[in-house]
Amino acid sequence: MNDLTPTREQRTAALEGMGCKRKRVEDIRFTQGRGNYVDDVKLPGMLHGDFVRSPHPHARVKKIDDSAALKVPGVLAVITAETLKTVNLAWMPTLAGDVQMVLADGKVLFQNQEVAFVVATDRYAADDGINAVIVEYEPLPPLVDPFKAMNADSPVLREDLVGKMSGAHGPRKHDNHIFEWTVGDKELTDAAFNKAEVKIKELISYHRTHPSPLETCQCVCSFDKIKGELTIYGTFQAPHVIRTVVALIAKLPEHKIHVIAPDIGGGFGNKVGAYPGYICAAVASIVTGKPVKWVEDRIENLTATSFARDYHMTTEIAATKEGKVTGLRVHVLADHGAFDACADPSKWPAGFFNIVTGSYDFPTAHLAVDGVYTNKAPGGVAYRCSFRVTEAAYCIERAMDILAQKLNMDPAELRLKNFIKPEQFPYHSALGWEYDSGDYHTAMRKMMEATGYAALRKEQAEKRAAFARGETRDIMGLGISFFTEIVGAGPSKNCDILGIAMFDSCEIRMHPTGAGIARVGSKSQGQGHETTWAQIIATEIGIPADNIMVEEGNTDTAPYGLGTYGSRSTPVAGAAIAMAARKIKAKAQMIAAYKLEVHEDDLEFDIDGFRVRGLQEKFMSMKDICWAAYNSVPPGMEPGLEAVSYYDPPNMTYPFGAYLCVMDIDVDTGVYKVRRFYALDDCGTRINPMIIEGQVHGGLTEAFAIAMGQEIRYDEVGNVVTGSFMDFFMPTAVETPHWETDFTVTPSPHHPIGAKGVGESPNVGGVPAFSNAVNDAFSFLGATHIQMPHDFWRNWKAAKDLGAVA
Amino acid sequence: MIPGSFNYHRPASVADAVKLLVDLGEDARPLAGGHSLVPMMKLRLATPAHLIDLHGIAALKGISRNGNNLVIGAMTTQHELLASDEVAKSMPILHEAALLIADPQVRYRGTIGGNVANGDPGNDMPALMMTLGASYRLEGAGGARDIAAADFYQGAYFTALEPGEILTSISVPVPAAGHGYAYEKLKRKVGDYATAAAAVVLTMSGGKVATCAIGLTNVHETPLLAADAAKAVIGTSLDAATLKKAAAAASAIMAPAADARGPVEYRKHVGGIMVTRALQRAASRAK
Ligand SMILES: Cc1cc2nc3c(=O)[nH]c(=O)nc-3n(C[C@H](O)[C@H](O)[C@H](O)COP(=O)(O)OP(=O)(O)OC[C@H]3O[C@@H](n4cnc5c(N)ncnc54)[C@H](O)[C@@H]3O)c2cc1C
Repeated sequence: MNDLTPTREQRTAALEGMGCKRKRVEDIRFTQGRGNYVDDVKLPGMLHGDFVRSPHPHARVKKIDDSAALKVPGVLAVITAETLKTVNLAWMPTLAGDVQMVLADGKVLFQNQEVAFVVATDRYAADDGINAVIVEYEPLPPLVDPFKAMNADSPVLREDLVGKMSGAHGPRKHDNHIFEWTVGDKELTDAAFNKAEVKIKELISYHRTHPSPLETCQCVCSFDKIKGELTIYGTFQAPHVIRTVVALIAKLPEHKIHVIAPDIGGGFGNKVGAYPGYICAAVASIVTGKPVKWVEDRIENLTATSFARDYHMTTEIAATKEGKVTGLRVHVLADHGAFDACADPSKWPAGFFNIVTGSYDFPTAHLAVDGVYTNKAPGGVAYRCSFRVTEAAYCIERAMDILAQKLNMDPAELRLKNFIKPEQFPYHSALGWEYDSGDYHTAMRKMMEATGYAALRKEQAEKRAAFARGETRDIMGLGISFFTEIVGAGPSKNCDILGIAMFDSCEIRMHPTGAGIARVGSKSQGQGHETTWAQIIATEIGIPADNIMVEEGNTDTAPYGLGTYGSRSTPVAGAAIAMAARKIKAKAQMIAAYKLEVHEDDLEFDIDGFRVRGLQEKFMSMKDICWAAYNSVPPGMEPGLEAVSYYDPPNMTYPFGAYLCVMDIDVDTGVYKVRRFYALDDCGTRINPMIIEGQVHGGLTEAFAIAMGQEIRYDEVGNVVTGSFMDFFMPTAVETPHWETDFTVTPSPHHPIGAKGVGESPNVGGVPAFSNAVNDAFSFLGATHIQMPHDFWRNWKAAKDLGAVA
Repeated sequence: MIPGSFNYHRPASVADAVKLLVDLGEDARPLAGGHSLVPMMKLRLATPAHLIDLHGIAALKGISRNGNNLVIGAMTTQHELLASDEVAKSMPILHEAALLIADPQVRYRGTIGGNVANGDPGNDMPALMMTLGASYRLEGAGGARDIAAADFYQGAYFTALEPGEILTSISVPVPAAGHGYAYEKLKRKVGDYATAAAAVVLTMSGGKVATCAIGLTNVHETPLLAADAAKAVIGTSLDAATLKKAAAAASAIMAPAADARGPVEYRKHVGGIMVTRALQRAASRAK
């Protein structure tokens, strides 16, 4: 050893492995405008497609006249449902077991539904073409209010399903009914309510909103007639699933379908499903023999592809006078729009909404969800959350506040009283989940201390007195959210998509000089996988993260994976990466033993290589082992150093967090100011703290938007009135509050590196914190529950309804 | 969101622009910054066959002092208004209001001429121009004429601009030294048009309001002058009762549309509050 010999700390730091705030490697190209997005894909002879869309929410399509459109210079074809029927593609299966029109087949069921696909030599000609298509409609009465969906006199939307009294998820009660899903022990729960000393009941709605990624949905389809191969470049969060879906519905051999998801400008669930644009572009390419590009504009994205939420949750809690919860009963009316196109694991029509018992030890619970059709766009995607987990977290966190108010108890105290205790983990919830790990009390207390919660409550009491004396028109609210998520779908025993188990995968190939490539079945849309996946490998095998290239999104080269959504990448793909790395390490150990002339068991792994136990100087670096793998492996061993792992997780992971929002609202205008927002997240082992912080900032910003104004709203006759960023609230840096982040670390016991996933926690936990702050602000004026979104005019209306403004 | 096809013209003088407009008739539209017109074209709500781009006409740009008036060329951008020392010094309310329009990108392109000629009740400049007693110079085939901003607006997107006319400049009397001013705008976010906004320019004398003008944005199909509200505050020290009276008088002439910013009742209510707050802030600034 001399002065130049790196210390252990230096060797560890050189790896930039787990725990390192490694700068995002993908940002080098993103910040220089050198990303490669679908709209950057330009193939020779490429055509452009665009949709004729329905102005009506519900109408019969009498006639489509394309004669004028076909005369527009540059227009080559107009594809309608009749065209698609010749290839059996007028309808397509949805991920939720329903079918969906690709193009209007006899009827339209929501405003802006796809009616015809115009193919032209450029986008301008395509748009001229769609304006020249004349469609004759016979308007039908629209069904907008989900609470009226199952009335006897409601218009029947899905004529294709008339008389089918059973759907993909069991019996249907009405032609506009999709499914009923029940979980839990009804009798026991009813009994708890019969005995309850205190009960609350409230209709808590989570309005329809939209993931609205910066980059809209788009694709380029290119069919090679000679080879019979279809190449699809698309904004896909789950490229392999798209390949399988195309193989199944287009009856093409799966090996002749190449799906490539290049850089993606945000997904948030919007890009999980299959949309008519993909099918039409593929068919158009097959018909014309040319590549066809389809790019949604903002209005189309907001109004036609995949809304989120739209859950109306009638929530009841039974409790003792002392505030111990004894039962939970929830009925959800789920508005799925015109087709059931929810992107959930196939057997879960309401996703994992049965996480609705949250962080609390409910001895019994019962849940029923009714899904209904309305004349609205289909979707129901998990907008930066695991499947329907945001709805569940909002439901229980709002309900706990309502209960606290009824008991005249501080909402923090009520939560502390009912938390699942550390020693109860693994915890079996009343609605069927096994929570892996958690320490809720510690996290909650840390939040209360960090924010000075007690002092804030005192200030609030003073403000309220001042308000009563007429000295201020501001009211102050404290919004607590203590959420438990369920992410990492999922174990094959209960999770599949179209019959494919929800594993994920990684293939690592180490090259002779100590660098390598990792190909993974997940697909980054901004999460920074190229950075963090390399960090996992760096720590596992002792090769610097900079020497590992991460590749995703090409179905020809990446191993089959189920993609990225539902915070599943770290829990599932992250585990596959660690497991593949461990296979590499195991082989490396055998090679090192051979080279160092000792028995394998005499070696120990030491940061970046193997050392003979007790013999400091007998060491072989991973870099040297890589070289040896290509020239001097032990006799009988195959050369090379690569491994594949397909990881089927034994359980979900359960990240949690304690958030506090401090808000002031001017009752005269309804204008609010988020004074403080504190977010403590526990996502288990932290791979890259900087990326975690970025994810938390992004998720909180979305949560802020949703709670405070972001909605997809329909008027009473079914027109969608929030179809652009003028009215669909997309906060800028000016509106976005300042975020304070914090953490505790409770590793997942079943995950190879103990990581739980974090991308979606802030959206899940953030929404209830904002909404609880608003509700808390108004509570002293007599409010129990004010529905979201809490935009200015609605806050003013709440104040007015409570008599606080004239 | 793709516009239809159109022809593009770039005249070098006002006369050439007017000639093009006259020759091409109703199918032609002047193009200034394009930040109102182009979005409408992308939605195909506007489908002009000819765009007459005014950017080639040097005479339409610039800010100059002419006696007691500021004369602002129609093609002066909102950014240029913000960058002008003259504006900041002699007409600070114009600076304040311009800063509340959209975002820097829009302000680099959007012009004051386009903003006032557009006839959109959501635009901020028209009510402000009425409050300041500005007049617009319109030039057409028959020569030039001046019209008071207060007489220009006839309905949503309907103005006194005749076919073939171009708005070439705006002349704004410089408010008295020591005046107080405020532009209060309630909006949902950066880049949004007003839920309601009020412009106030006043002078104080001995603690009482001596003169006052109040303008209202986006609470009616045209911008409004709230004359009764202004009258109600003259001679008062803006006590609570007076403010209430002024707000009520202003609300009485508002007829906003219900939209995603809120129902009619809310927009009128906050319109009154914007008036109250603008009056208070203006008074606090008056010397
Ligand atoms: C996201 C966004 C947010 C915005 N927010 C606001 C806001 O909060 N407040 C606000 O006031 N504005 C707002 N605007 C509008 C912006 O200020 C526009 O730039 C302005 O309204 C129009 O100016 P322009 O130069 O862009 O005109 P253009 O769009 O080029 O023209 C507008 C209309 O005026 C006509 N016209 C233009 N110049 C002349 C002329 N000299 N003579 C005769 N007719 C003419 C055109 O033919 C056209 O009909 C916003 C715009 C955007 C895109």
